[in-house]
This record gives sequence, C-alpha cells and structure tokens, in this order.
Amino acid sequence: MAEIIIHQEKITDLDAVLNLCPFRAIEVNDGKVSLNAACRMCRICIKKGPPGAFEFVESRDPGVDKTKWRGIAVVAEATAGKLHPVSFELLGKARELADKTAQPVYAVVLGHRLDTAVEELLDYGPDRVFVYDRPELEHFRIEPYTAALEDFIRTYQPSVLLVGGTTVGRSLAPRTAARFRTGLTADCTVLDIQPDTDLDQIRPAYGGNIMAHINTPRHRPQFATVRYKIFSIPEKGRRPGAEVVRRSVDPAKLVSGINVLEVKPKPPVKMLEDAEIIVAAGRGIKKSEDLAMLQELADLLGGQLATSRALVECGWAPAARQIGLSGRTVKPKLIITCGISGAIQFAAGMNNSEFIVAINSDPEAAIFKIAHVGICGDLYEVVPRLIERIRENQK
Amino acid sequence: MRIIVCIKQVPGASQVEIDEKTGTMKRDGVESKLNPYDLYALESAMRFKEQYGATVAVITMGPPQCEEAVREAFMMGADEGYILSDRRFGGADVLATSYTLSQGVRRIGDFDLVICGKQTTDGDTAQVGAELAEFLGIPHVTNVCRIHSADTGKVTVDMDMPAHIETSEVQFPCLLTVEKGIYEPRLPSYKLKIATADRAVNWIKLDDLPDRDANHYGLNGSPTQVKRIFPPENHQEHVMLEGRGAELGDRLFEVLDERKFLQKL
Repeated sequence: MAEIIIHQEKITDLDAVLNLCPFRAIEVNDGKVSLNAACRMCRICIKKGPPGAFEFVESRDPGVDKTKWRGIAVVAEATAGKLHPVSFELLGKARELADKTAQPVYAVVLGHRLDTAVEELLDYGPDRVFVYDRPELEHFRIEPYTAALEDFIRTYQPSVLLVGGTTVGRSLAPRTAARFRTGLTADCTVLDIQPDTDLDQIRPAYGGNIMAHINTPRHRPQFATVRYKIFSIPEKGRRPGAEVVRRSVDPAKLVSGINVLEVKPKPPVKMLEDAEIIVAAGRGIKKSEDLAMLQELADLLGGQLATSRALVECGWAPAARQIGLSGRTVKPKLIITCGISGAIQFAAGMNNSEFIVAINSDPEAAIFKIAHVGICGDLYEVVPRLIERIRENQK
Repeated sequence: MRIIVCIKQVPGASQVEIDEKTGTMKRDGVESKLNPYDLYALESAMRFKEQYGATVAVITMGPPQCEEAVREAFMMGADEGYILSDRRFGGADVLATSYTLSQGVRRIGDFDLVICGKQTTDGDTAQVGAELAEFLGIPHVTNVCRIHSADTGKVTVDMDMPAHIETSEVQFPCLLTVEKGIYEPRLPSYKLKIATADRAVNWIKLDDLPDRDANHYGLNGSPTQVKRIFPPENHQEHVMLEGRGAELGDRLFEVLDERKFLQKL
C-alpha cells in the first residue's frame, strides 16, 4: 500500500503545516495532524514540510512482468475507411520510441473496407499492421470496437498503445484501458521511453499552468492519447518485410446496445487544425464587431480566424474556433495573436506553431515569453496599419 | 425512469499557478464551484424528469466540502445526492476515480441512464465517463449534442463527430456524456434552495461499497503515477519590435514580408 504517513512528533508549527497543502487536505483535529479526502498525493507536504514529518511509503507490489509486453502500437482511426492524419503523426513517434528500446512498431486499424487505409499505413513504416475489417465496425460503436482492440491486446501484448485524441479515440482508449485495469494519460504533449519500457508522459495538468510527468510503472499496456498536430508527420518509408495480419473476432463479441439509425455529413467547414496561417483574437478585443478587422487580416494572409476561450464564453465566436486546452490544438506556419494574454490554457493549444507573433498592450503578458516576435502596443493601432500595408502590397 | 448524474466540484479559478522559485502551487483564488460542464448534464437530466417523470440522483467524489456542489444540483431540481468521501479515495487517477464512481452507482442501485458532462475544468481529460461505462458493463455514447426522445428501454441521441452527426438508438441502461451547449442550463432556484435546505445527503465511505478492497481505490488503485510537476518551459529566443503605435504595424509588415508570409493570393 502506498500512502503518506505523518510523524506527529516532528511537527512543531501547526499553522505552517496547515498552509503547506495547495488542496487544503491537511487538517488538525485535537492537536493531531491528518490528511482528508482532498489529498491528491502531490507530495508537496513531503518536500516542503518539516523534515521527516510527512513520509511517502511506496507500494511493494512489483506489478506485471514488463518483458512479456513488447511493441509500440498505434491505434489507427479510419472513419468511413479514411484514416485520420493523427495516426501518421503517432507512427512517427512510435518509431522513435521503438528504436530507443528495440521494440517493434504496430498499427491496429478498425473499421470496414480498409484496403486503402492499410496501404497508407504501411507507407509510414510500421513493422506489422493488424486489420480488423468487419461490417459490424463500419460505424463507431463502442462495444464492438472495444472487443476488437481487446482481441489485439490479449493476443499481441503491446507495451504501449498510442491513440489519437479524436472523438473516437477519446471514447475507445478509456473504455479499453478500463477493461485492462491499466493507466491512461490523456492529451500528452511530450512522450519518451525508459529502457524498461516505462512510457514518460508529459501533459498540462490542473487547468494547465503546470506540467505533469506521468508514468505507469506497474501495469501494462500503457495507454496514452495525443491530439492531432502535437507531433509531426514523419517522412514516408516502408519497412522491409512489413507484414499485414488480418484478424477475425467472434461475431458474438461484436454485438452492441447501440443501433446507428443515420449518419448525416456536416456541411464542410474549414478545420482550424488545417490552417497554415491563423489570426487569433482574445480579451483585448473591445466588441464583437471588431472581430471583422481581424477576419480581414486573416483573409488577406490566406488564413483563418481563431479565438481564445474568453471570446467563446461570451458568445462572440463558436467553440470550433477556440484554441487551447479545452479547444483545438493548432500548429500553423504563422500565428498572430491579438490581445491574448497567453495563459498556459491557451498556449498549450498553439505553442508548437512554427512562428508566433504576439500583439498585446501589457508588457508583462505571458504570451511574450512564447512569441518569436512580440509587439507591445495597441492592436487597434497596429492591425489597421498592417492591413493597409498588406493591401498596398497586393496591388 | 431513474437517472444518475455524475458531478464534480472544481477550483473556481481556471488555473492553478506554480511559483517558479519554490516549486509550490499558489493558492490564491482556490474557491470552489460546480464543474461548468456538469450543468449541461444536469439540465439534460431535468428535461427527462419533466418529460418522462424521471427521478434524478447526483453522485460525486471528493472532500466533505463538495456537499456544496450537491446542494447546487438540488437547487436545479435533483432529487437525491450521494457523496463518495473517504481519505482512501485520495490521489485517484482516471481509473481509480471511475472505479470508485462505478461502485457508488452500484451501491445506489438500479438505474436507466447515467449522464456525465463532457469533461471537468480541472482534469480536462474527458475520460471518466467511458471508463465508468466499462466498469458498469453498459454501452456509452460520448459527445451527445442532441437528445431526440426516450421511450421504454431506449433513448435516441445525436453524437457529434468531426465530419458528421451520427444518430443512434441506445438501449437502457446506458451512459451518455453530453456536449456543452446541448441545452441552456437553468439557474439554481431560490425556491428549491429553501425546499431542499434540510434534505439529507447520503455519505458513502469505502466500507459501504460492494468492493471493500482498499487496493482498488485512491492512489493504490491508480496505475498512473505523477512523477513530478513543473512549470512549463518557455522555448526559443524572442524579439520585441521597437516603435510606437501604428509604426509597429509597419515593423510587423516588414517581418512578415521578409519571412515570405505575404505572397499574393
């Protein structure tokens, strides 16, 4: 059992101890210090408290035999037979992790009529592609999809499963992780691997101003989801001797309590993730009409308009335009942020952009720390002039 | 029809800041509130209550002060409240949280529908709903953007996929996670506040659950471990452009031109 043990005799200043915990989990009852249910095991009390007063006692359970779980598997999503590009990005990362630990790279693809998808996956260099091609998997329904992925995991025992943080991935990964009672880390922004195949997973935590480094030390497989545009698509290149394995699943396991009645395509919208140039608006915008000015700038640059969470919350922009931890992740060639302070919540959704320009009137704004080019000034002066110059230039 | 809504109390400020010098978290503004996404789950449940005469129970896990979140749900019209609170639930990751909630739901008893919000504002993982459904052994649909109708034994919903809307019939019992904006959440009612002021909340400790093995809860039941937390790094060198007012627009034009972002369309 892992727990925090409190050595009362080493505590002299009760008030100081009470203030240690950012989650207010430390209580004093009848002069005795205890931890309540708010404890998140962040262990700050151990680091910052009186020496030796708080002690973390590790679990002695050694967990699974890690040598029996090998392979970095990418779960490829193929709605209507068409692959989501996040799968290619993940195959690039999988190869990197596999080469460090001498493991094979697998791709698992679930759906129906997948021949094109399989060929495309082979181009990104997996050692083996596992194919679950069944009419029952034509639409995404959770039970049959989980059953197919379960079959793959039980048969091939991969060490790591990387899943795209898409609508399907964010439903399938947790469901399957729970079936194996193993760990899942959502929305990782950095992945690395230890020699013993423990996956180092880094993600923004507690609302985003803190990064957390997370491991799954005693369980296998290790699940991580990663959003689209966090990693880069690797160079194409087939693996010599790459193998395609077609798997079948007992039809009794492919039944579902969900009956898909209709699939209606949504009118095609320009996805923010696909934009090469983005103009992003934040709280520095005084009224919703002023967004037209930034839209004009975006149009002149051949880009798209996006916003921070604040403008979506006050109803000035639809949620599909929001960049950030609770919105979209983007990685354009150029992003110009206008009147955005740059809280990590926002930055987490765009700090992989190739070139970041920030316009903000507050010289202390956090956005300037991540911008390549910072402009401390009034966007209502800077942007109109910029628009004017670009227009002249285009004549 | 019996509905269980999962709710959570979250920090009122959307961010917890870290002190770069000491490595500790700043505690300013750590007021608590009901997770905003849960309001949509509660509103969806209230629509079922009004249309089909459902009873609505809310369940949450957390420290004793999360009773406030349950009381707020009462003010929106929830009928019963259950709080899973035990020090041994502390340090729970997604798996342990979902498992604890599933045990709590089993303890409450029969139900037709579990409704969760899309995600919380403090964890932001959006994974608990799917794991909870697995532990309950029921189908789930995430990203529900519309509920068409419900009748005996099933509910018809729209799932919001990136390129299409999938309309499905889902058999009871099942779990739905609803999108922000599915309905306009009602405000807490003062009348209900008075009417429910004395309503008892049901407290559930680990020993009240069907599975009493402490190794399945809290930190012990969590496969993932936080190795360390740290402030985000600021990458690369950065340049501040010199100038005043509109002049800065000229400087920016030059930078964009030099970097070839101004190709004629």
